[in-house]
Amino acid sequence: METNKYLRKEIIRSSGVNPLKCMKCGKCSGTCPAYDEMEYHPHQFVYMVETGDIEPLMNSKSIYKCLSCFACVDRCPRGVEPAKVVEAVRLAVIRQQDKNHLKADDIPAIIDADADMPQQAIVSAFRKYAK
Amino acid sequence: MQRIGVFVCWCGSNIAGTVDVHAVADALKNEPGVVFSTQYQYMCSQAGQDMIKEAIKEHRLSGIVICSCSPRMHEATFRKTAQAAGLNPYMVEIANIREQCSWIHKDMAEGTEKAIILGKAAIAKVNLNAPLTPGESPVTKRALVIGGGIAGIQTALDIADAGFEVDIVEKNPTIGGKMAQLDKTFPTLDCAACILTPKMVDVAQHEKIRIFSFSEVTEVKGFVGNFTARIMKKARYVREDICTGCGLCTEKCPQKKVPNEFNLGMDNRRAVYIPFAQAVPKVATIDPNYCTMLKSGKCGLCAKVCTAGAIDYKQKDEFIEEKYGAIVVATGFNPISMEKYDEFAYNQSKDVVTSLEYERIMNAAGPTAGKLLRPSDGKHPHTIVFVQCVGSRCAACDERGKEYCSKICCMYTAKHAMLTRDKYPDTDVYVFYIDVRTPGKNFDEFYRRAVEDYGVHYIKGMVGKVTPDGDKLIVRGSDLIGNKQLNIEADMVVLAAAIEPDKSARPLATMLTASMDTNDFFTEAHPKLRPVESPTAGVFLSGACQGPKDIPDTVAQAGAAASKVIGLLAKNKLTGNPCVAKSDELMCNGCSSCERVCPYGAITYVDKEFRMPNRTTLVRRVASVNEAVCQGCGACTVACPSGAMDLKGFANKQIMAEVDAICK
Repeated sequence: METNKYLRKEIIRSSGVNPLKCMKCGKCSGTCPAYDEMEYHPHQFVYMVETGDIEPLMNSKSIYKCLSCFACVDRCPRGVEPAKVVEAVRLAVIRQQDKNHLKADDIPAIIDADADMPQQAIVSAFRKYAK
Repeated sequence: MQRIGVFVCWCGSNIAGTVDVHAVADALKNEPGVVFSTQYQYMCSQAGQDMIKEAIKEHRLSGIVICSCSPRMHEATFRKTAQAAGLNPYMVEIANIREQCSWIHKDMAEGTEKAIILGKAAIAKVNLNAPLTPGESPVTKRALVIGGGIAGIQTALDIADAGFEVDIVEKNPTIGGKMAQLDKTFPTLDCAACILTPKMVDVAQHEKIRIFSFSEVTEVKGFVGNFTARIMKKARYVREDICTGCGLCTEKCPQKKVPNEFNLGMDNRRAVYIPFAQAVPKVATIDPNYCTMLKSGKCGLCAKVCTAGAIDYKQKDEFIEEKYGAIVVATGFNPISMEKYDEFAYNQSKDVVTSLEYERIMNAAGPTAGKLLRPSDGKHPHTIVFVQCVGSRCAACDERGKEYCSKICCMYTAKHAMLTRDKYPDTDVYVFYIDVRTPGKNFDEFYRRAVEDYGVHYIKGMVGKVTPDGDKLIVRGSDLIGNKQLNIEADMVVLAAAIEPDKSARPLATMLTASMDTNDFFTEAHPKLRPVESPTAGVFLSGACQGPKDIPDTVAQAGAAASKVIGLLAKNKLTGNPCVAKSDELMCNGCSSCERVCPYGAITYVDKEFRMPNRTTLVRRVASVNEAVCQGCGACTVACPSGAMDLKGFANKQIMAEVDAICK
């Protein structure tokens, strides 16, 4: 299996999540309010980090569709904390060199371009990236 | 004319919900012979039983009909009630208006009508009932345990510890069974040999236990408390009483190319062998299929080196007949053959092994002395793929596999994966699973440890194809959570083969007239309430012969079977079933039809003198039923061409009266 061991290690370290704790019950995705908006769902984030299949996550808009509502963290029966994995993937994107990150000024354009973007996601993103 | 009482039970809402119990009681009041009819919420309760007792006394009832649940449920209860009130227990009939009526009907009118008809049939039968008295038979205070694996060992030890004699019959040269082949045992990872071999020694040293190793039961006659078994001690060409188990012969034997079945053919043994170091009895056995002396009369080396003089090339199979009060079946299981599973390349590559083979590879006493080396080239494998559910959970019509879950594979696979990662952290271990089933104390925790602490890669999905490619195995499988197909380059593939009952179980079941299911697992008398008893009285079940079982479950069931045996052997006399066959000698024409069909050998023919007109006598050949042996199956009553044979309590005229009552 193809794995990105460096990124895998980075994400596990920065999120503090041990994806091996996951028992693949799917409760995180079952509870996620942004499920329909996402290409990769919370359980897939955990599993793909476990298997080191991380680039597709970084290139997916799913990381910005996560509302950071932490419902998955709250309800996970094994304490895996999937939202923290999503956050860590977002961080990995931000920390990539020579990448333009989301600026507060860009947000109106994004809203215009993607009318389906959940309001809360924008607020959440703004809170995170407008520092 | 009988004086019959009718008691209609509501069974709470179980019956009363679909059957108008008042209407049933009213309707049955006017049936012939009925002098009393009533209904009550729970007839089986103390209050209900008291009501029956009072009615029997007050109305001087000579027979009663209980319209309630199946007689399998409470016939014994109500017979005891009747007996307590002074009525013969065989004057009680049950009309099953629950399982065969209220539970299968939705419409109240329909259900009520049927309940009345069933009640009428039972009344018609009671009108023809006669009091019956059961006979008594003695109990032989010795138990036979068939199979010397952990199930048989535990059962034998428990029975013997209670003070009864036990004989273990084991078809292999040593007791120990499958557990002796295992490396570690889940979920505590104790070494199998460390916990099993002391028990094997206990068996050998127990003064109440005899071990017939390398022996088979060839015939069983008799009935509960009075079985007679014929045991064949196969010739091992070594005198068991003299052999010291020194093993010198097994070192000197020149025939070195015999596949070692204890290591599942992964290495070789000699023609004279002791299966493993801790074998009980520790006695050599000569394999006649490979011994040059037995085949061509040339060699005799083992006899020359044997200081005890135990080798006997002229030994013959020996037969022993012994009486037993109870028989415990503990014939165990085997993994199914992987020969037909071409997709996993089992026949193409030596590096595709079954889990039991992997167990031997991991075992310190196994073919690789416990080192993880793959069978093809003896190299250390770095990527190992485990495949679960191979041959388990298939459709009923599947020709290769079994319909059931083999139950133990999830746990032993987790164990193998964990131990592999523990001993060899340089290995990558993948487990393909459909479900991980871990219902047992500390079982799920164990499996989670394999994943979380040992980093075993569990992949939800099945392997579809294993292709040998050079010295690698390309494993193609599906990752249902990642939603993709995987191609893993593996060094070894381990198949968790389904387990099936031992092949000796089917002929044994026939011998014991014990029933089996379609998978050849022995059927229990009741799946929940009598799980260790066979429906055949005096035959008990221990271990995987009854269904797939791990060691904790097997030991628990073995103890349960032993306690049932002890309960039986503790009795001095057994009360029989009076509902047995009876031949009307005046009608019997001596044709032997009944003798031929009787599965229990209960019928013999005797020459009997009959008085004829004018003070003459006539000697005629007539059937005679041994009531202690007869199980009341009724086969003879159907076979009898002259209508002489009848079943007490289920006489032809009683059955016909029931049919008439229903069809009227």
